[in-house]
Amino acid sequence: MGQYVRVEWRASIGLIGAVLLYLTLPLLFPLALAVLYGESVLPFLVPMAVTLGLGGGLRMLADIEEDVGPREAFLAVATIWLLVAAIGALPFLVAGNGTIAQPVNAMFEAMSGLTTTGATVIGDFGVHSRSVMMWRQVLQWLGGLGILILVTAVLSEIGVGGAQLMETETQSQSSNRLTPRISETAQLIWGLYLGLTVLVAAVLAGMHYLGPVVGVELAPNMNLYNAVAHALTSISTAGFSPEARSIEAFSAAVQWVLIPVMLLGSTSFVLIYFAIRGAPMRLLRSEEFRFYIGVFALFTATSAALLIGTQELDMGLHDTVRHSAFNVASILTTTGYASQDFTNWPNAGQNVLFAAMFIGGMVGSTTCSIKSLRWLVVLKSFRRDLFTAIHPDAVRPVRVSGSSVDEGTIRDIYGYVLLSIVIFFLLTLFVVIDGARSGVDPSEFEAMGAAASTVLNIGPAFGRAGPMDNYLVFPESTRAVMVVLMWLGRIEIVPVLVLLTPSFWRS
Amino acid sequence: MQVVIIGAGEVGTSIAADLASDHDVVIVDIDESRIEDIKYDIDVLTLAGDGTKSSVLIEAGAVQADMVIASTDDDKTNLVICGTAETLGDPFNIARVKSAEYRRTWEQTGKAFDADFVICANLQAAGTIVDVIGLPSAVEVSSFVGGLVKMAEFDITEGSPITGQTVAEADRFDSLTFAALFRDDDLVLPQGSTIIKAGDRMVIIGSPGSVQGFAQQVAPVATPDTADDIVIVGGGEIGYHTARMLEMRDFSPKLVEQDSDRSRALAEDLPETLVMNHDPTDTDFLRRERLDEANVLVSALGSDENNMLVSVLAKRIGAKRVISLVDRSDYVQLFQEIGIDAAVSPRDVTAEEIIRFTHEKVAENIAVLEGGKAEVLELELGADSEFVGRNIREIDESVNSDVVFGAVSRRGTEVVPRGDTVLEQGDNVVIFVESEFVGQMLAMG
Repeated sequence: MGQYVRVEWRASIGLIGAVLLYLTLPLLFPLALAVLYGESVLPFLVPMAVTLGLGGGLRMLADIEEDVGPREAFLAVATIWLLVAAIGALPFLVAGNGTIAQPVNAMFEAMSGLTTTGATVIGDFGVHSRSVMMWRQVLQWLGGLGILILVTAVLSEIGVGGAQLMETETQSQSSNRLTPRISETAQLIWGLYLGLTVLVAAVLAGMHYLGPVVGVELAPNMNLYNAVAHALTSISTAGFSPEARSIEAFSAAVQWVLIPVMLLGSTSFVLIYFAIRGAPMRLLRSEEFRFYIGVFALFTATSAALLIGTQELDMGLHDTVRHSAFNVASILTTTGYASQDFTNWPNAGQNVLFAAMFIGGMVGSTTCSIKSLRWLVVLKSFRRDLFTAIHPDAVRPVRVSGSSVDEGTIRDIYGYVLLSIVIFFLLTLFVVIDGARSGVDPSEFEAMGAAASTVLNIGPAFGRAGPMDNYLVFPESTRAVMVVLMWLGRIEIVPVLVLLTPSFWRS
Repeated sequence: MQVVIIGAGEVGTSIAADLASDHDVVIVDIDESRIEDIKYDIDVLTLAGDGTKSSVLIEAGAVQADMVIASTDDDKTNLVICGTAETLGDPFNIARVKSAEYRRTWEQTGKAFDADFVICANLQAAGTIVDVIGLPSAVEVSSFVGGLVKMAEFDITEGSPITGQTVAEADRFDSLTFAALFRDDDLVLPQGSTIIKAGDRMVIIGSPGSVQGFAQQVAPVATPDTADDIVIVGGGEIGYHTARMLEMRDFSPKLVEQDSDRSRALAEDLPETLVMNHDPTDTDFLRRERLDEANVLVSALGSDENNMLVSVLAKRIGAKRVISLVDRSDYVQLFQEIGIDAAVSPRDVTAEEIIRFTHEKVAENIAVLEGGKAEVLELELGADSEFVGRNIREIDESVNSDVVFGAVSRRGTEVVPRGDTVLEQGDNVVIFVESEFVGQMLAMG
């Protein structure tokens, strides 16, 4: 008794209300498309009414005088991601077409979109309106860099609390400020994100429209709609495509262009910013960047070596290299596009992609999964442990890019990696058991692939949940659990688990 | 010259004793009994009082003095004395500090704390230790640009591998300049085709690493290899700076420190050093880590007793060369008598450096070679310098003497000087020049 709720929930509520109000803006884009194409506008008007009504209501309840501390940040971050996904699902429900008209599927699609996973439960791509399909892309773009960074950029009232939110969202202590004011830093990063997206859209559309002028069909299928749709989900390493065949539907040139775009989306935006401002050496000096590019090169080479000798695929050298590089980049950066159905690859090749799922891109980018920096620290600290086994008295700080990593941080990183892998195993177990119960009987590799792909926010899996198929193969209960785990994985597990501890709610 | 010395400790007293015969020296100390003692030891004027007070400084004659040397045991007191003296008159102020930070601040601005020269005892001691370790064959070693650039002078002996080679053959280092050769009392400016002969004295200027590498070529037996084991015992300020300077010369030393927090801090600052956290007097530990096979062991602990213990222990278990820090300078002799290869006293080296400086009487950091035939100068190029915007070849042609640009340091990094290197404002240049043209170079730079 005598226990009070010590979370200043009214501060969190105010923040959540503001985010919902701002969510009205991105809904305007598909709404305009719907008007333009003469499609139903109702799927967007309904969620807009919800964002305005619910957002405004929460703002009235709120106490914006309260500071956003660590607890309020955890509560706000976890709730905002969940609520935005729920509202993101409304257009699918209201439109009422196909498989995603069903609530669990709509929530799956929206959560998969917002968390930039890219796993789909759409059975037939043809039955949906172009504006609804574009909404999926917009959701992914919003989730790409993190909603809270966007919030920090637009809400001046957050002030100092913004740093707290950004750190909670990315589970990192180094918010790497570019300017003294955190909101300005967030604006710079988002400006960069927007600029890169526009650039990618322009390049893709340019290839489509200017190609024929010089007499080459560079990108036959990449009209303006597709160019925008894919710009939104490539730099955000998200992976939805309005095309059922993903990037297989496009030319080799488009596939080549998208490889560096995905890699760029997985590069630290702070370092990209410095590179643009005339300090590209900072990028090369980053050990994490070198590690991540090295992993990409190694996995591509391994995959190509495995594919070139495979008779059934019957690809030449160019196709082998392109498909290896594309699909490795797609999985490694946690995008989830596919340039061909890699479930037809030999097992060894598929296993290379499966291993790539666990690595991810750089910290501070749009990537998900465990991330290169964590693996780099784990490897280096393991090497250090081998050294101190021989020299027990040696004091050896673990260094990344020249600066030493705090021992507490190393422990946190070990903990995070272990936690991710444990959650992956538990989900695998659940998928297998739930599948057996419902008669789906997923193979072990299907179950592991789907579990890793959702909890690490990648997208496609293997077997019946491959890149050209969808997650409808799994029973509804599995899909519902996956919704939770995509949410958990995207905000790096900790904010959600913290809410589940009793001490979070007590003093 | 009129000199006021504040602080009559070991350093102040030995400077006073050295200058007493040629200069008018006033020595001030807050401790009256100490002042009483000095009165009967050295023939200088003494004054008891607090040197940070302007009244005391005026009484000591700081207003008319040519030089004020602040040499008390407290860094801040010394810096305050410099500031006070500067407002009273215009003497040349020298401050002695322990903190390397103050020295760095002064170095970056050249005039912080109103001091004309700041000498850091810890850095001076570490620098001496590193020279003793790394360049045992050098006749003369000087540091410029805060240690980024080294000048060294070597005797070329009959047995040296570079005897008989041309300068071009011996020059295997990127950032090394062959400034001069002294042959039979003559100054020879080396060309690529000049043949190096036994009996020559060679002056080279370059990065610490390249100077070290060259020493290895000149005297491979005496000079330690970068793969050699160098062990530093004690991670205090001097131990830390010794390790840092050894890293600059491409060595990878080992450092033993007993305090675990200090060990961690040292390990973070010294990426090339293997820091070990253990009691350095534990012989089992020394054997386990093969420290008994060390080529050089430096004992840099806080007390003379511990340094003696570790040094004797190290000699006994087999370390080849043992160098020890000695706090009380009268123990230097004692340490050497019990078989320790070299004993370095921070106070001694500090006093020596200040004395050297007072003899030279100029503001620029210089080294005088071969009894005054030539000098090595360090100049920081200001906006009005005639060197700014011109390349080295042009400058060379406009001066009617032989000038060698030994090193150029730009914003803390070294630029290898070539004929087409264009000098910029703010560059630090290290120049080798014949003594009679020093004035001209100073006027231009």
